[in-house]
Amino acid sequence: MSLDVLGPLLPLVPLAAALSGFVLPLRSRTAAASLGIAGAAGALVVAILLAVRVDEPFETVVEWAQFGELSVTAGVRIDQAATLVAVAVGVVALAVQVYSTAYLHDDDRYPPYAAQISLFTAAMLLVVVSGDLILLLVGWEIMGICSYLLIGHDRTLPGAPAAAVKAFLVTRVGDVGFLLGIVLLGVNSGSFWITQVLAGLPGLPAATVTAAALLLLAGVAGKSAQFPLHTWLPDAMAGPTPISALIHAATMVAAGIYVVTRLYPVFVLGEPSLVVLGVLAAITVLLGALAATAQDDIKRVLAWSTVSQIGYMAAALAVGAPAVALFHLLTHAAFKALLFLGAGSVIHGVGSNSMSEMGGLRRRMPATFWSMTIGLGALIGLPPLAGFWSKDAVLHAASAADAGWLPALVYGVGAAGVLVTAWYAGRLWLRTFFGAARSPGAESAHEPPWPMAVPVLVLAVPSALLGLLAFADGFGERLTPFAVDLPEVELAHLGAETAVPLVALLFGLVLVWALWRRDTALDPARFLGPLRPVFDNAFWLDTVQDRLVVRPVVALARRVAVADQRVVDGAVEGAGQGTADAGDRLAAWHRAGLPRAATALLAGMLLLGLAAALYGSAT
Amino acid sequence: MTGADLLLLALGAVAVGSGVLVVTTDQLVRAGLYLVVCLGAVAGLYLILTAELVAWVQVLIYVGAVVVLLLFAVMLTRAPIGRSPDLNRPGLPAAVIGGGAGLGLAALFADAFRWSAVDLPSPGTAESLGTELFGSWVLPFEVLSVLLLAALVGAIIVSRPDIGSRP
Amino acid sequence: MRPVIPYVTAALLFGAGVYGVLRRRNAVLVLMAVELMLNAVNLILVTADTTVRATLPHGGQVFALFVIVLAAAEVGVGLAIVLQLYRLRGSVAVDTVRLDAAPASELDEPRVPS
Repeated sequence: MSLDVLGPLLPLVPLAAALSGFVLPLRSRTAAASLGIAGAAGALVVAILLAVRVDEPFETVVEWAQFGELSVTAGVRIDQAATLVAVAVGVVALAVQVYSTAYLHDDDRYPPYAAQISLFTAAMLLVVVSGDLILLLVGWEIMGICSYLLIGHDRTLPGAPAAAVKAFLVTRVGDVGFLLGIVLLGVNSGSFWITQVLAGLPGLPAATVTAAALLLLAGVAGKSAQFPLHTWLPDAMAGPTPISALIHAATMVAAGIYVVTRLYPVFVLGEPSLVVLGVLAAITVLLGALAATAQDDIKRVLAWSTVSQIGYMAAALAVGAPAVALFHLLTHAAFKALLFLGAGSVIHGVGSNSMSEMGGLRRRMPATFWSMTIGLGALIGLPPLAGFWSKDAVLHAASAADAGWLPALVYGVGAAGVLVTAWYAGRLWLRTFFGAARSPGAESAHEPPWPMAVPVLVLAVPSALLGLLAFADGFGERLTPFAVDLPEVELAHLGAETAVPLVALLFGLVLVWALWRRDTALDPARFLGPLRPVFDNAFWLDTVQDRLVVRPVVALARRVAVADQRVVDGAVEGAGQGTADAGDRLAAWHRAGLPRAATALLAGMLLLGLAAALYGSAT
Repeated sequence: MTGADLLLLALGAVAVGSGVLVVTTDQLVRAGLYLVVCLGAVAGLYLILTAELVAWVQVLIYVGAVVVLLLFAVMLTRAPIGRSPDLNRPGLPAAVIGGGAGLGLAALFADAFRWSAVDLPSPGTAESLGTELFGSWVLPFEVLSVLLLAALVGAIIVSRPDIGSRP
Repeated sequence: MRPVIPYVTAALLFGAGVYGVLRRRNAVLVLMAVELMLNAVNLILVTADTTVRATLPHGGQVFALFVIVLAAAEVGVGLAIVLQLYRLRGSVAVDTVRLDAAPASELDEPRVPS
């Protein structure tokens, strides 16, 4: 099959699976599951084919519409980075589809769920391969909708519908900026085709490019849960765990990072945007890590961890190393999906999300234990697991970047983040798998059925080994996005500097182990003391957002609704009522008694006579 | 000033005076009687203007029938004999419009004709008017008779207690 | 003969008639005022016969005859209405006739049996 066909086929295969899945009746579980798995598998196969065969970037363009000087095109632009990300998406999607068949075995709305996952996969792949900004926006928005639908899948859960709405609205705030940025770029470049836009960038005024870059950053911050639009991600954990694995760990939240690499020249030319991104990333890394230290819900720990890790990717972008960001994206996809699916197995076995009700699962769920150990090791950056190489590459990129306060900030924050990450990851590991079982659920925990166990085991492989690809020839080149003129960054680097994150990591691990040892039944987080509620509530940023943004907007909306009712509707109805009243009044006035009629008649006659006389004397 | 003019002036004054009295007196029966005087004066004016047939028809029909009908109505509506206090509506609009109409028209005529004189035409005898009526004006004449019939029937129907009193 | 005299007489009669229509409350008096107006018009028509050189001879006088007939017919019908009104309402004051009252309410009025 030629590349021209394979390219568009990548999003189309899961899309077909999704559309067929939506028309399935609710009883047909096997058909839905088969469609979902087939769609994901098909996408994975196409992605692997593309990854193997694509050397030079290629495009398949179709002009769709022409609006005066503006042309709207459709098509794909596939470079090697895109194929690798597509493979990652395919693997995680397939793992999630298989996992969901067992995790949701008693859910009676499984078929639309599977179809929505396929639709989401299609949308993500569209974002990955799209060559046109409008098409990218389409995929971006569809991902938002699927996220909303999937988070709120179980409507009976008390927190799920609200979390879905919150996720949708917070990302929507960012999406407005994203849309404006795309429009700005497209209108000023005369076309939405990415290659043309990027080629025409030097010709645009610097202010336009910077404005577009900052607007795009708004969307990135929303979708990738960076400060200040990060508040939706922890609450989105109300959705099913496989969804958390797919959307909120491996794919959608990484889409923002991916788009930045795709459009990297825009951000390079719009200099202040990278600085803004760097600052936001620094804040996010520490914010996420600190918040994760105090959470009791195992999924929320992982959610905050995601926020923090994406901050690392954003930091890499800010210091001018998009290839490193993509590298960390790939490893993060592997180990975070692994961690979420493993957490799902733990929750399934114990029957609760809360870590205070777990404990001692090491003996009762050995396979899950070892897989999650690998995942947590990758997360903290334990050599030789994947996360070590990618996180080290981020820190190295920061130290190798040009002098300035931003790379120094990134390096400092990144190193501190390693320490805190090790602390909370160790806490999760110890609380969940070691010590005595703290609840009947934990005592009766068991390994999950094979559709849940196998994806976890499979994902352990890239979590462990993916980092070694950094030593492969030209891997860094593969990850460098098309049309980016940057110095080659070494992905795998072992030097004196590597000691810094290793020391931080060891320190964090030893600290949490020592604190845990004092009483294995209690939470090491209690040593945070007064800081614990601060971290648990993530510095109460949620409340700040609520007070600053949500409440005024809701009040404004209420007032607008009242104004609409009273003023607008009032004007419309008032016009009708006024006309009817005027008509009534006129009718009453018309019902003159004889004297009034006679007066009017004769007065009119007098006036007419006067007018005739004057007219006659005038002519 | 010929004799005709003097007579016109005199009869005109009588007509206007009694006409004003018709609309200003507060005794109903006297109003009717003043109307007789006015109509009679107008008939005299017709005579001077050599409209003989019209003058006698005026006396016959107007003075003889119409005024009688009006007096019948006055009596049948139990009008009080003597003064009635509440006969009038507000006077200002009436005065303004009436005065305006009358004086305005008078000014128009005076301005148009000044003190010019005309010859009196051939007298409008019964013969000459009859020739005209049954010659050039026969169609309106016939239509008028139909109208009279309609008025007659209408008046009867309106007066009937069972049909005319339906709202 | 100076035509201005009958013309001005007619104008003043007309003005008096208009005044009467607007001033009087009794329906019969209003009809009398209307008769005044009609007579004024007749006088103008007859006088016009002398001042206007018409195609048809004596056109004004013929017209005056027609007006007299019309006035007679009108008075007949008008007075029938006035009498019916008196029977229904007990009074012939023109400003007591309400036009916006529902017809059903008239059933409450005392009927004067005729």
